[in-house]
Amino acid sequence: MAMLSFERKYRVRGGTLIGGDLFDFWVGPFYVGFFGVTAVFCALLGSLLIFYDVSQSNAGMNVFAWSVNPPSIEYGLGLAPLDQGGTWQLVTILACGAFFSWVLREIEICRKLGIGWHVPIAYSFAVLAYVSLVVIRPLLLGAWGHGFPYGIMSHLDWVSNVGYQFLHFHYNPAHMLAVTFFFTTTMFLGLHAGVILGAVNPGKGETVKYGEHENAYFRDFICYSIGPYGIHRLGLFFALNAGFWSAVCIIISGPFWDKGWPYFFDFYLKTPAAIGNVAY
Amino acid sequence: MGTYSSIYNRIQIRGPFDPGVPLRNSSDTRIQTKTFSYWLGKIGDPQVGPLYLGWSGAASLAFGFIAIEIIGLNMWASVNWDPYAFIRNLAFLSLDPPPAEYGLNPLVPLGDGGWWILAGFFLTTSIILWWVRSYTRARALGMGTHTSWAFASAIFLYLSLGLFRPILMGSWSEAVPFGIITHLNWTASVSVLYGNWYYNPFHMLSIVFLYGSTMLFAMHGATILAVSRFGGEREAEEIVDRGTAAERGALFWRWTMGFNATFESIHRWAWWFAVLTTFTGAIGVLLTGTVVDNWYLWGVKHGIAPEYPSVYPAYPIPDEAVRSMVQ
Repeated sequence: MAMLSFERKYRVRGGTLIGGDLFDFWVGPFYVGFFGVTAVFCALLGSLLIFYDVSQSNAGMNVFAWSVNPPSIEYGLGLAPLDQGGTWQLVTILACGAFFSWVLREIEICRKLGIGWHVPIAYSFAVLAYVSLVVIRPLLLGAWGHGFPYGIMSHLDWVSNVGYQFLHFHYNPAHMLAVTFFFTTTMFLGLHAGVILGAVNPGKGETVKYGEHENAYFRDFICYSIGPYGIHRLGLFFALNAGFWSAVCIIISGPFWDKGWPYFFDFYLKTPAAIGNVAY
Repeated sequence: MGTYSSIYNRIQIRGPFDPGVPLRNSSDTRIQTKTFSYWLGKIGDPQVGPLYLGWSGAASLAFGFIAIEIIGLNMWASVNWDPYAFIRNLAFLSLDPPPAEYGLNPLVPLGDGGWWILAGFFLTTSIILWWVRSYTRARALGMGTHTSWAFASAIFLYLSLGLFRPILMGSWSEAVPFGIITHLNWTASVSVLYGNWYYNPFHMLSIVFLYGSTMLFAMHGATILAVSRFGGEREAEEIVDRGTAAERGALFWRWTMGFNATFESIHRWAWWFAVLTTFTGAIGVLLTGTVVDNWYLWGVKHGIAPEYPSVYPAYPIPDEAVRSMVQ
């Protein structure tokens, strides 16, 4: 059995949202539950559709070139034939189904373990970012063709091309915020991981250190230690903001701003304080 | 089980000020600030300080102050010392590196980029002294120096942008200017100048680790907050003597995705993701213009970037654009 030494006593009945005891079991290390069944169904069917769509293209075995493309803009918000982007529409529906199932399955696992729902709430921010890209923004723009293609290189090409359609995406204020949150989260992560590893791996001949020393380190170093609870709250808050502002920055691009993003900052140059005074 | 708060602390405790554990090998004593902040207490520990300054901290602050002064006074001088123009234009003002004609000459006239070299020298010295401090403070507490080496990875990216790549390119003019908008413009322009950085594979890796770091902190932060009702935020204690918080945290991920880290190994994942973000980014910087001149054409040549025949019919790839690239 794929069970950890302490796992047996935690494998108890209950905590399900739907289905009672029917799907309340494990397969290997995985908890199943009703939403495990729906997640596996959506993921398997979606994967098969992706492989089918790729097999109809001329990408061959070049995995980087595999891509399931959204329909052309001319289909608007209607359904497209399978080989014209209809597969992409089905895959998108199934992906949403799989992601929503995963959130709900995490909630069932939280309930079973008697722990907070922080992880499913955090994960739902990532799902929100995905839904923003392939559902909310296409709906606002009036065509599924505005979704991004599902392929390793093709989705990167999409990011590059959509970014430069707005001349330069770096000037999108929500993108600036998101980037700042990404960078800061990564810095916090390096600092947090460093101090925990430093406390429990102090070197030869040294005793292991605990919270008192972690606090002392950051107080000595930067005059403030946010503390063991606070750092996880801060890191989670910054990480979720990175995802949230990423979603905002793409939703406003097109539906609410259709010029180049560098022009957004013209508002500053047009203020009375700036006219005739700011040379740029 | 008491109340626990996810967004902010509803209850703040004011114990006696914690003066900190004893220091070794330290010439100085701590500055006992004896300060509590109500608003910091809303999100974390209300205690501010104590602070250890020491010679490296004092020197770092002094050098950093000189760097900021050089940058700020140059900006102010660029608007003829008009205080109002300085404030209005602040976001756009800049201290630029010397133009290309000076190459790597360290003796550039001050008004033509010499001040940029000096500001860079003082800022770099300040940052390196701050690194020394990150190292000596850990040793003074008998702790490992993992934080310092993570910081070193960020410094490597900073030095790659401002020192190593300009040296490889043979010109200070390749470096980043000091300015709020201008350093952002530099970042935007360098991507386009070298043919779209999205197709730089080390930029791709850096983004993977950046997003990965953010994902890991969301997963880790959320897990710890979720098991805090069992005392899970005391991570070092849970690492050396596993309790039910660590067990439930591990089982959550095991049951969710079939795999789990431990309370120690999650910090190793985190450390490597954070460190590799800046490290791979720095490699991408160092290869740009030195080894590859146009990342888009490099991508086309290697079959990872698409051609756009309707926009660029039969667009030829000039040999010199991809000369001497890593194959």
